[in-house]
Amino acid sequence: MELHPILIFVAAIFTHNIALTYLLGMCPLLAMSRQLNTAVGMGIAVILVMTLTSIINWLLMRFVLIPTGSEIMSYLVFIIVIASAVQLIEMLIERYFPRLQNSFGIFLPLITVNCTILAISLFMVLRDYTFTQTVVFALGSGVGWCLAIAIIAAIREKLMLVGDIPDGLKGAGITMVIAGILALGFMGFSGMVSIQ
Amino acid sequence: MRINRLFYTRDFRTFSKGFFKENTVCCQLLGLCSVLAVSNKCENALAMGLGVIFVLIISSLIVSSLRRFIPIQYRIITYMIIISSLVIFVDQYLKAYFPEISKQLGPYVALIITNCIIMGRQEAFAVRNPLRYSLYDALGNGLSYTYSLLIIASVREVLAFGTFFNIQVVPQGFDKWIVMAMAPGAFFLLAIYIWIFRRIARLQPEK
Repeated sequence: MELHPILIFVAAIFTHNIALTYLLGMCPLLAMSRQLNTAVGMGIAVILVMTLTSIINWLLMRFVLIPTGSEIMSYLVFIIVIASAVQLIEMLIERYFPRLQNSFGIFLPLITVNCTILAISLFMVLRDYTFTQTVVFALGSGVGWCLAIAIIAAIREKLMLVGDIPDGLKGAGITMVIAGILALGFMGFSGMVSIQ
Repeated sequence: MRINRLFYTRDFRTFSKGFFKENTVCCQLLGLCSVLAVSNKCENALAMGLGVIFVLIISSLIVSSLRRFIPIQYRIITYMIIISSLVIFVDQYLKAYFPEISKQLGPYVALIITNCIIMGRQEAFAVRNPLRYSLYDALGNGLSYTYSLLIIASVREVLAFGTFFNIQVVPQGFDKWIVMAMAPGAFFLLAIYIWIFRRIARLQPEK
């Protein structure tokens, strides 16, 4: 069945959120969610890289890997594309937007090992998305991840002011609890759209 | 007497550091995506754990033996190529011999490539230590990841499906906790596991 792009976009943000339903991108979610500003910066960087790499990977998969019958190499190709795209964006920002560099550039190297980026390319292959569907899916997933990290960071900022957390739960533990409650909340969206 | 002496060798200390003191899941907080996503059933957790141990050991051995030849500015991409070739191997193996598990794990097998444990061990240990210690380090870290995964998976599987390695363990009429099989259950259980582990290991609290 051909899914409408808008349906995929909404599903990727709310009902099938990449962080809270598929549990991906946890390492940056823990590490970068201390402050709202850094969290949003990281989120925007993820949206940018995710959309760009999924477009390149879709084109490569469709016009190079499938015609030559070398789908088995897809993981290797995807990860090299992601690593080089991140490097390229970093160089472009350094050259043309030096002001962005300070606030934005530090997140880019971390994105190479962010599993959400690779996961989008893998889901795109698994579900046989067309070009438009892939772009919309990548954009929606990026926005969804950005939303999740922004909410968690905002809650953690407020929590720092209260600061009455058991020692063992400080840091990672309490972030997991916040994410769990948030995931319960997002389960309320399920049934709004279904894409499977 | 012999055994006593074993505890003080560098081999054992390298191993135990990864195995308990600096547990990958609780202290280094690495590889959490797959811990959360794959721990809904014990067989999936075991398959994932063995896959990670295999990739970690072989890639550590390769990186450690090539450490004098890897140029410093291209080291990340070198690790990635080594790791992703190994992951392709694991993925094809699972597809051929355990199609059922491979289907359930879905894209998470391929996501071993971006599992930070593997990249982290190459960068922090294998690239500047000899072959023998890299092997022990990889083994310790891989095993600590696997047992953490299995502990969480056994609780989740019993509560969510009433089974343990697909064997019925709870009596009839037990209400299944569906939420345990889904994302929120994973988050809460991992939080509790980290809490208990830090309590036992007496770690310094994070800021």
